[in-house]
Amino acid sequence: MSEITVRQSIQKGLAEALDADPNVFIMGEDIGDYGGAYAITSGFLEKYGPERIKDTPISEAAFIGAGIGSAAAGLKPIIELMSISFSLVAFDQIVNMAANIRYMSGGQVNVPMVIRAPTGAGMQLGATHSQSFETWLCEVPGLKVVAPSNPSDALGLIRSSIKDPNPVIYAESAGLYGLKGDVSDKYYEVEIGKADIRTAGDDITLVSYGHGMPMLEKVAEELDSEGISSEVIDLRSLSPMDYETVNKSVQKTGRALLLDTSRKTGGVMAELAASVQESSGDYLDGPLLRVGSEDVPWPYNRKLEQHAMSSVPKILKQIEIGYSL
Amino acid sequence: MEKKEYLDLYKKMYLIRRFEESCGENYSKGFIRGFLHLYIGEEAIAAGSIAPLREDDYIVTHYRDHGHAIARGLETGPLMAELFGKKTGVSGGKGGSMHLFDASKNFMGGHAIVGAQIPLAAGFALASQYQKKDSITVVYFGDGATNQGTFHETMNLASIWKLPILFFLENNFYGMGTSVEKIRANGKSFGNLAENYGIPSTVVDGMDVLAVKETTEEAIKKIRSGSGPAFIEATTFRYQGHSMADPAKYRTDKELDEWKEKDPLINFHKHLIDQGLSTESDIEKISKSADDELSEAVKFATESPEPDLDDIKNDIYA
Repeated sequence: MSEITVRQSIQKGLAEALDADPNVFIMGEDIGDYGGAYAITSGFLEKYGPERIKDTPISEAAFIGAGIGSAAAGLKPIIELMSISFSLVAFDQIVNMAANIRYMSGGQVNVPMVIRAPTGAGMQLGATHSQSFETWLCEVPGLKVVAPSNPSDALGLIRSSIKDPNPVIYAESAGLYGLKGDVSDKYYEVEIGKADIRTAGDDITLVSYGHGMPMLEKVAEELDSEGISSEVIDLRSLSPMDYETVNKSVQKTGRALLLDTSRKTGGVMAELAASVQESSGDYLDGPLLRVGSEDVPWPYNRKLEQHAMSSVPKILKQIEIGYSL
Repeated sequence: MEKKEYLDLYKKMYLIRRFEESCGENYSKGFIRGFLHLYIGEEAIAAGSIAPLREDDYIVTHYRDHGHAIARGLETGPLMAELFGKKTGVSGGKGGSMHLFDASKNFMGGHAIVGAQIPLAAGFALASQYQKKDSITVVYFGDGATNQGTFHETMNLASIWKLPILFFLENNFYGMGTSVEKIRANGKSFGNLAENYGIPSTVVDGMDVLAVKETTEEAIKKIRSGSGPAFIEATTFRYQGHSMADPAKYRTDKELDEWKEKDPLINFHKHLIDQGLSTESDIEKISKSADDELSEAVKFATESPEPDLDDIKNDIYA
């Protein structure tokens, strides 16, 4: 075991891939000389050279499109977006091209490509830099979407994402890069599409992903101090989503709170809630609870931003109202 | 050029025209649905510019893609079957007219969002460069696409990275129903757009198959030598409306008739006879064999099965 940060986990996974496969290359804005907006590729240019660490113009549609073509021609591009909000500039390429091209070619053209993108609010970056568009992207058939919450999954998922023969969106919670955790020194991967039961429990199921997980851990501690046992589940993968693990848990606990850190409307948990209602409705001892951020553009002001975000007190209050716990 | 090469060019153009006419007929009969964009009038561009390509070169094109597919040598049977939505179609019946693919021939689509194919094409060129191969990529687009950001972004990217790509503008003077005059700032020439990004450009008569071929050959030679991208503008005209849904009321009969005077097939036919490069009987033989091939293609499409319902979930993920 080694204790490393999420940032170091991602760096380790990228370096492994570059070392192992000459067809792997990275491109994006300011990933070379600058070392990446969040310093993920710091030192990579010196080690791997400009052909494999490609600084691009600020042309998201062009370099994501070029990534798709190069993947279809047999390369393995890993593309860094400075923010998942910037995916909007290249949405046509990601959705109409990367996701659809295999289907509309009758299975002839594959796009083995990874797009890494920081996501989420909390750093006072205002409306255009704080959004969580993994929620939009996981609606699109042909894409896979993962979102790690800790160093161990960050490494396991970057490995499986790079290995995957499909376009994978790897959503990195911008607030978690410095989070430390234990990572096995032995090689492992995290299977895309498998949720993780972080803590087993009997009374209530708590589900989230990414930077929702540290909140749920605190909620579970609070509940535990009142003698309530929580089963805490990290989705890890938003598309495909592991409905089975969540439903099994709800069928055991009879209660569930689903947490989005994105805006609540259209969040990932809305879809999960529908599945739980359909598959586990008879097992529920009360209403299915959902917490998400306010449906507002993200404000710059710290007090307003914090107020808009999902939070531990909001979750506890919802549980108290819903289940009288 | 050998006599056979001339006749091959003629045959490609003739086959494209007959294929498109047949598509129109089968659309009217209801066998082909959706959007159908015909290439009639523009045949010299696909035939002339694809003839000089090697098997390992990539082709990426727009939704008016039948001509490029036929010029690349995709079989007319599976092409027609695709338009009929059949399982035997080149894209398994899932793509349709606007999304024709044959990866085995490096024919990488048919793309239906205007200008979206341009960055994709740069990726194939990037792969050739990265893998130190001397294959090149040709990307086709229309005058309408030159106002998309992807066109400008990709020309800049290709120029700074010296990508082996040929930007091929098929200027038919109308983006759907809107004329070039209405949408182009700073004059009608498109070449200056490329030159602003440091990409050499040439204008060619897109109704003259030999001129197209020669111009393309020169550009390809330079690109293959590693000098970076090139840009060709071929001027042409589509005889039909934008799609089958378009009666083309935005232009005059006179304009169309003037372009028909330059018809690529009729004029090349005349050129072959006048220059003694072939005889009427050669041409008749070619036409007959193309007509027969097309009858077979329609028969194949008609008799082919539809996709199975189970196919709906296949081909989403590798």
